[in-house]
Amino acid sequence: MIAAALQVARKDLTSELRTKESLNAALSLTVVLLLLFSFAFDPTSEETRQWAGGLLWLVYSFAAVLIVSRAFARELPNDCLEALRASPVPASSIFLGKALASFLLLLGVELTALPAFAVFYNVNVGAHPLALAAALGLATWGLVVIGTTFGAVTVNLQLRELMLPVLIYPLTIPALIAAIELTGASITGAPPLSIWYRLLAGFDIIFTALALGLADVILTD
Amino acid sequence: MLQKLILATGIGAALYLVRNLYVIFLQLPDEAAQGAIYRVFYFHLPGYLTAATCFLLAGIFSVLYLTTKRFKWDSLAAAVTEVGLPFAAMNLITGMIWGRIIWGIWWTWDPRLTAALISALVYAGYLMLRNAIPEPTERAKNSAVLAIFAFAGVIFTYKSNEWFRTQHPGPVLTIRTGGGTIDPQMEWMLAHNLLALLMLAGVLIAIRWNQEERRRQIESLRREALAYSI
Repeated sequence: MIAAALQVARKDLTSELRTKESLNAALSLTVVLLLLFSFAFDPTSEETRQWAGGLLWLVYSFAAVLIVSRAFARELPNDCLEALRASPVPASSIFLGKALASFLLLLGVELTALPAFAVFYNVNVGAHPLALAAALGLATWGLVVIGTTFGAVTVNLQLRELMLPVLIYPLTIPALIAAIELTGASITGAPPLSIWYRLLAGFDIIFTALALGLADVILTD
Repeated sequence: MLQKLILATGIGAALYLVRNLYVIFLQLPDEAAQGAIYRVFYFHLPGYLTAATCFLLAGIFSVLYLTTKRFKWDSLAAAVTEVGLPFAAMNLITGMIWGRIIWGIWWTWDPRLTAALISALVYAGYLMLRNAIPEPTERAKNSAVLAIFAFAGVIFTYKSNEWFRTQHPGPVLTIRTGGGTIDPQMEWMLAHNLLALLMLAGVLIAIRWNQEERRRQIESLRREALAYSI
C-alpha cells in the first residue's frame, strides 16, 4: 500500500513540477495576499506580532485550497481518474499518494512564503523552531487530508471550485487554531502550550484514519 | 394512517409548546440572579440538544447508508440535517439574546459559541453539497462522507473546547453536576420543553423524509420516461 502510494505521489509531483500550474498560482497568491494584508493592518507596528501567526495561516489556507483542488481535478482530462481507479492500486493508496504529493507541494509553498512574510512584516519567526515545525508539518497535513478528501468528493461537480472552500474551511478550523497559536508563540517568543501539539496530532490521526477508511467509498462509484 | 399519526403528533407538539410557554412566562418565577431573561434558557438548551440529536442521527444514518446502500437512509440523513439546522439557529439566537443582556455583547469568540457556529456552518455546507450534485447515487455517497467527517469534526471541536477556559456558563443539569445548581421545578420545565421540541423535530423530520422519498421517486420516473423517449 505504501509503495503504491509513493508511486502515485511521484507521478503527481512529476506532472505538477512539469506544468507548475497550481504551484505558480499558489505562490503568487501567497505574495499577493501578504501584500493585501499589509494594507489592512499596519505591518510595521509592534502589535503585528500578536496577529501575525493568524495572518500567515490564513494565507496558507488559501494556498492550500488551490493546491488540493488540483489533486483530483488534474486527473479529469482524458479520463485519467477512471484509469487510475481501474488500475490494481487500492483506493487508499491513491488517496494517500495524492495527499502526500499535495503535502509536499503545499509545504514547499509555505516554506517559500515564510521568508517573504518575515521580511515584509519584520517579524522573527524562529523563537520556537520546534513549535513552528510542528505547526508547519502537522497542520499542513491536516489541511491536506481534509482538502484531498473533499477534492475527491467534489471532483465531478460543476461547482467544484465553489463548493470546495465552503466544505473544507469549517472542518479545518481546529487545526488552523492550533497552528495559529503555535506559530504565534514562535513569533512572540511566548512558551507554546502542549495542548496545541496534542490537538494537532489528534486531528491528524482521526481525520487521516477516517479518510483512508472511506477512500474506497469515495473513489468507487 | 402514518399521515394521521404525523398530524396528531404535530398538533400535540403545538399544544404542548403553548402549554409550556404559559408555564414559562406566567407561572415560573424569575431567576434569582438573572431576572426574567433566564427564560430563553428553556429554548436555548433544548434547542441545542434537539440539534445535537439531529446531527448525531445524520451521522448514524450516513454510516447506515454507506454500509447498506439503501436510499431511505440517505433521505433520512438529509431530513434530520435540514431539521437540525433551525434548532441550531434557535440555540445560537437565544444564546445571543441572553449574552446581550447578561454579558452586554451579542457575540463573544468563546470556544463553545465558536464550536456551535462552526457546526452550523458545516451542516449548511452539507445541504449545499446535496443541492450541487444532481446524480442520486453520487449525491447520497458524497453527502454521507461529508456527514461522517462533519460529525467527527463537531465532536472534535466540542471536546477541544472543554480543554480551554470558557466564558460560557458551565453545565447545570443534574445529570452533569450531580444536582444542587438548578431548581428542580426549572429543570423539570427544561425536560418538558425538550420533549416538546423533540416532538416538533420528529414531525418535521417525518414530513421532510416523505418529501425526499417522493422526490427520489419523481426523479427516477423522470429518468425512466427520458429513457423511453429516446
